[in-house]
Amino acid sequence: MIHPDDMFQAFEPHRGDSVVIVTGTGGRRWRDISTNEKRDLNVHGAMGQTSSAAMGFALAQPNEKVVFFDSEGALLMNLGILATTAGKQPKNFFHFLMDNECYATTGGQPVPNSQDISYAGMAREAGYAAAYEFDNLEDFSTNVGKILEETGPVFVAMKMVPLVENEPIGMRKRGAVRTRAETIRTIQEELGITVV
Amino acid sequence: MVNQQAALLRPETLIEEFKKNGVTHIVTIPDSETNYLYELMKEQPWLDVVPASREGETFAIALGLIVGGKVPVCLIQNTGMMESGDSIRGMALDAGFPLVMMIGYRGWNRHGVITDSAARYTEPFLIAMGINYYLVEQDEDAPRISVAFEEARANKRPVAVLVGDEYHGFNR
Repeated sequence: MIHPDDMFQAFEPHRGDSVVIVTGTGGRRWRDISTNEKRDLNVHGAMGQTSSAAMGFALAQPNEKVVFFDSEGALLMNLGILATTAGKQPKNFFHFLMDNECYATTGGQPVPNSQDISYAGMAREAGYAAAYEFDNLEDFSTNVGKILEETGPVFVAMKMVPLVENEPIGMRKRGAVRTRAETIRTIQEELGITVV
Repeated sequence: MVNQQAALLRPETLIEEFKKNGVTHIVTIPDSETNYLYELMKEQPWLDVVPASREGETFAIALGLIVGGKVPVCLIQNTGMMESGDSIRGMALDAGFPLVMMIGYRGWNRHGVITDSAARYTEPFLIAMGINYYLVEQDEDAPRISVAFEEARANKRPVAVLVGDEYHGFNR
């Protein structure tokens, strides 16, 4: 099992100019680790659908590397994204999966078949160019740089330490969060994108 | 007597409207009444067809494309639109970008009693979501598609075009 903080720390030196999109409870840790906020994009908005929005952005900007950190609960709500992505073969799309085997944000209830399922296997058979699995930080740290140099779409499944939240949502402490609209404006300025 | 040929909605007409309005991507799940439109879209070098696996995905993919500077249209059936409720809410309405959604109006007919609940709930669904819509059922209605694009851009909201293909002009 890999702690999200450690995973993001290992990833960050390799991100370069890539556009990074995160989702899920563990994904919130990224905002404290990222050193290139202008290229951090938030396209959350509907259950399980951030993956599709991230892939859509990758299609729109084929010259930008897009790294998306998904969660297994979200992926299970939108499994079709594996076929959709494989069908379009976006070479610039890197789909990382933080699999903590549970719905951490609702108290840690297990996702269906949480311990006996291979998301990397699904992605591989769906038609991703490559798929990897990691369950320890050392192997992930050793390989993440090389993986990010590959031609996408690439899928990377990682077994993560769950960061379970039990407090009612209204009582949870939240750090400063840039809104979706703010991150969209920033990335469009950064990349010189005009909405038609 | 109704002239059936005059009532056709040709797929070429929709393609012309897409081109006129600068559409770059069609995010779609084909339905049984638009198979010829699908083939015609694939033949257009200026148009990229993005086949989705479920209709809710189309609105999320469209948002990503819009953020990236492209002009997508979601082309799905009314049944799939209803499945997409949360995605329409979060990825289209809340996002504040223009989006035209072309909706195959399964079960709709001009003259008879509606027997298909897919048609019965289509307009109430759009009204509940606060999405304005235009009905297109034959070639002479095509300018309504441009009206939908203008309205979507002016209000930065999704606008629906209901394709009431009563005489199956798409299905050659």
